[in-house]
Amino acid sequence: MMLAQYFQNIGLPYGWAWFIGQALSIVLLLVSLLIMVAYVLLADRKIFAAVQMRRGPNVVGAFGLLQSFADLFKFVFKESVIPAGANKVLFVLAPILSATLALSAWAVVPLDKGWVVSDINVGILYLFAISSLGVYGIIIGGWASNSKYPFLGGLRSAAQMVSYEVSIGFVIITVLLFAGSLNLTAIVEAQKNGWFAFGLLFPMFIVFFVSAIAETNRPPFDLPEAESELVAGYMVEYSSTLFLLFFLAEFVNIVLMSAMVTILFLGGWLPLWDIWPLNAVPGIIWFLLKLWFVFFCMATVRAFVPRYRYDQLMRLGWKVFLPLSLVWVVLTAGWVLVFRGQGL
Amino acid sequence: MLTAIAFYLFSAVLIAATLMVIASRNPVHSVLYLILAFFNAAALFVLLGAEFLALILVVVYVGAVAVLFLFVVMMLDIDFAEMKRGALQYLPVSALTGIVLVAELVLVSVTWVVAPSAPHALAHATPAGMSNTAALGHIIYTDYIFYFQTAGFILMVAMVGAIVLTLRHRPGVRRQSIVAQNARTIAESMELKNPRPGEGV
Repeated sequence: MMLAQYFQNIGLPYGWAWFIGQALSIVLLLVSLLIMVAYVLLADRKIFAAVQMRRGPNVVGAFGLLQSFADLFKFVFKESVIPAGANKVLFVLAPILSATLALSAWAVVPLDKGWVVSDINVGILYLFAISSLGVYGIIIGGWASNSKYPFLGGLRSAAQMVSYEVSIGFVIITVLLFAGSLNLTAIVEAQKNGWFAFGLLFPMFIVFFVSAIAETNRPPFDLPEAESELVAGYMVEYSSTLFLLFFLAEFVNIVLMSAMVTILFLGGWLPLWDIWPLNAVPGIIWFLLKLWFVFFCMATVRAFVPRYRYDQLMRLGWKVFLPLSLVWVVLTAGWVLVFRGQGL
Repeated sequence: MLTAIAFYLFSAVLIAATLMVIASRNPVHSVLYLILAFFNAAALFVLLGAEFLALILVVVYVGAVAVLFLFVVMMLDIDFAEMKRGALQYLPVSALTGIVLVAELVLVSVTWVVAPSAPHALAHATPAGMSNTAALGHIIYTDYIFYFQTAGFILMVAMVGAIVLTLRHRPGVRRQSIVAQNARTIAESMELKNPRPGEGV
């Protein structure tokens, strides 16, 4: 949006300014996102290693900083193996679908005031819709492989993601009741007088954080790819670039979920307090700091918590989170009805 | 111009996808084409300016309903040759059904009368200064609140009914009681024995 405005200001006609501005901002967003994902991946492995008192990747580049790029080239230059019994079209389509959906969700994420590719009215709904579609890549990949373990992984993933989406939906509704808008920029602006994480919505913050981990199939909820039972779940038959796309989608989704936690509960690009040294820092820095903090929490959860058993996973989703978030929707609605306009 | 191109593109893909839903041999492919059809319908909603409906269509139908379809269909083990064998004997019945449906559609489209209030409502699809979502909320929760709540209750009764019909309490199944596990204390679950050397417990 900002870039389109800039090109319009230097004298280009509206249509061209809009087109060039949007194209440039999309490319800029994708490139910086992919570079960040490379380092998120490295950070994930480093944190995991630190918890286990190992060094983690430390050979390629200083402190292993180039490890993710080395992995990228390794994946790309290997041969793609498509199993003979596989449904070829769907087998190739599944990882592409996963990666495309994961990347397209970023179109509505505001990184700073006005720093968003498309500032649509129903931004949060768009994010919810796209993240609920992520399951298709996994199911289709699991089915198209025509093999036992991927199929089981796909089924588990479908059940798991549908279960946790329900509570994510309710948590989003509680945030919407407070913010009074579906627009992500408006949701961040509504947290000027206090982030949603501190206050009535604190339990929903926790529920959303845990559900986000479950939604991205991260440990301790990585049942779809549980390596001790299913080898690697839906990814068993995948190799080289197709595997890379699944992997990329997974990590882009993790960063997206961290961004969603940041926007919905931690005030997006807003500074900690609106006082001088803090509000002089650019919003994008605050956004990234919060995003990395949320990701750090997710990475430590992965390292500390053992994998859930399947029935425990379902119990947590349906018997704990769903009733809790449902009660909280009613509670929040009542709170907003009573206290709206009284500065709370 | 651009809108027209988008409209024809989405409509064409929508119709092709719905045709493929009934034409493709593999039920899993059918469901995937159905998802494609949902998507294009959502895109048409966006072109109409109804972005809330479009995204709800994606969330509910693509994100939840179609996943469950796919879930069931993937686990079916269907012998297609067996299924196609007796297909022709149903031809008269299915042809009759098709003809009746087409006749009804023609009758409806011939006797179509636009309600007198409709052009007025069309001109003010969303009141000025109000987003699509807010306008929909105002209509549903002020004018149609009882119908809306009744629909919700009917759905809930259907859900409870389905659960009651399929719920079986099997005796003799060992279940985990997390409350009981968490309530255990060291004092009641451990006993310290102190055997003398050379003796068992």
